[in-house]
Amino acid sequence: MRTILVLLSLATAAVLVPVELRAQDVTITIKNHRFTPSEVKVPANKRIQVTVVNDDPTPEEFESREMKVEKVIPGKSKGVVRIGPLAPGRYPFFGEFNEATAKGVVIAE
Amino acid sequence: MLGALIIVFREVIEAGLIVGIVLAATRGVAERGRWVTIGVVCGVVGASIVAMFAGVISDAFQGSGQELFNASVLGVAVIMLMWHNAWMARHGREIADEMRRVGTAVSEGAKPLTALAVVVGLAVLREGSEVVLFLYGILASGTTVSAALIGGVLGIVAGAAFSALTYLGLLAIPNRHIFSVTSWLIALLAAGMAAQSVHFLNNAGLVQALDQTVWDTSWLLSENSILGRMLHALIGYTERPTQMQLLVYILSLVAMYLLMRFARYSPAKRLPAAAE
Repeated sequence: MRTILVLLSLATAAVLVPVELRAQDVTITIKNHRFTPSEVKVPANKRIQVTVVNDDPTPEEFESREMKVEKVIPGKSKGVVRIGPLAPGRYPFFGEFNEATAKGVVIAE
Repeated sequence: MLGALIIVFREVIEAGLIVGIVLAATRGVAERGRWVTIGVVCGVVGASIVAMFAGVISDAFQGSGQELFNASVLGVAVIMLMWHNAWMARHGREIADEMRRVGTAVSEGAKPLTALAVVVGLAVLREGSEVVLFLYGILASGTTVSAALIGGVLGIVAGAAFSALTYLGLLAIPNRHIFSVTSWLIALLAAGMAAQSVHFLNNAGLVQALDQTVWDTSWLLSENSILGRMLHALIGYTERPTQMQLLVYILSLVAMYLLMRFARYSPAKRLPAAAE
């Protein structure tokens, strides 16, 4: 019985690990000059691929000094940025063309 | 309006500083005005085309097209700047002599001028496409069109005025030092561009080695401030450089130095032939 449990948990772990790896890819959507989600949790010290989808008709510049990213996303389009490895902490990002509303933060932990 | 002005101003001064340095570096060279103008005009036209195809470029290479495009543009600019400096190291003395003899204009300048026209064009292309996209965004959103648009146009004017000030400031350097000063400015400019190019490759996921941040001087000088932006454009100041960026920066400076020394060395042997 115990061996079956161990095997089961190992199998679960084997299934969960790839899911965990895939979870490093994040999608952020821009709509009405706002980011959704505006708060993104990512694992620390890993490279993460962020897909920024711009649903607005106007272009936006996805920018973060803290994460060293600066990328123009044309209207009704999407772009991929790669961030990290990030030390644990908060990393704000914003849309340079609409800074008043387009704000968000990546939390590495 | 103020927001638009500041955003456009920041982009324009980055390209404007480069134009200012190029103008100072070619002081006394005949037809430089024409070449720099060609560079700026091609840059503006190119920027509009790039902005028009921004969606296509962005989607290319799994969404990393923009990074690869920027990295290539910077790479070409670095090569052009190195070529110019090597050429200048070889012919700078002749030009300086000729300037003394004939006055100000020098006929022999066509070669580095094409290289520098390309550098000017690429700088305007890169920063300009963002300005075009930004202004297009204002037009497309339709809100407070006039105010934001006026701000954007004022930003261009202010940026151009600032670039003119840079040029005039560099002109204050005495004639006999201008070549060495501008050579060093161009060397630092090229090193900064090379490091930036590597950063774009890192963002595209192509270069992943040595990606740890070496230091963080954002508390001292933010890259977002006007001074930070200027130093970023001029010498490649980065508030959080990676090990790879730092390495490429230093290697570029070393390569430029060796190239200039090497270029300077050979004409000395050929000098008797040139004197005929």
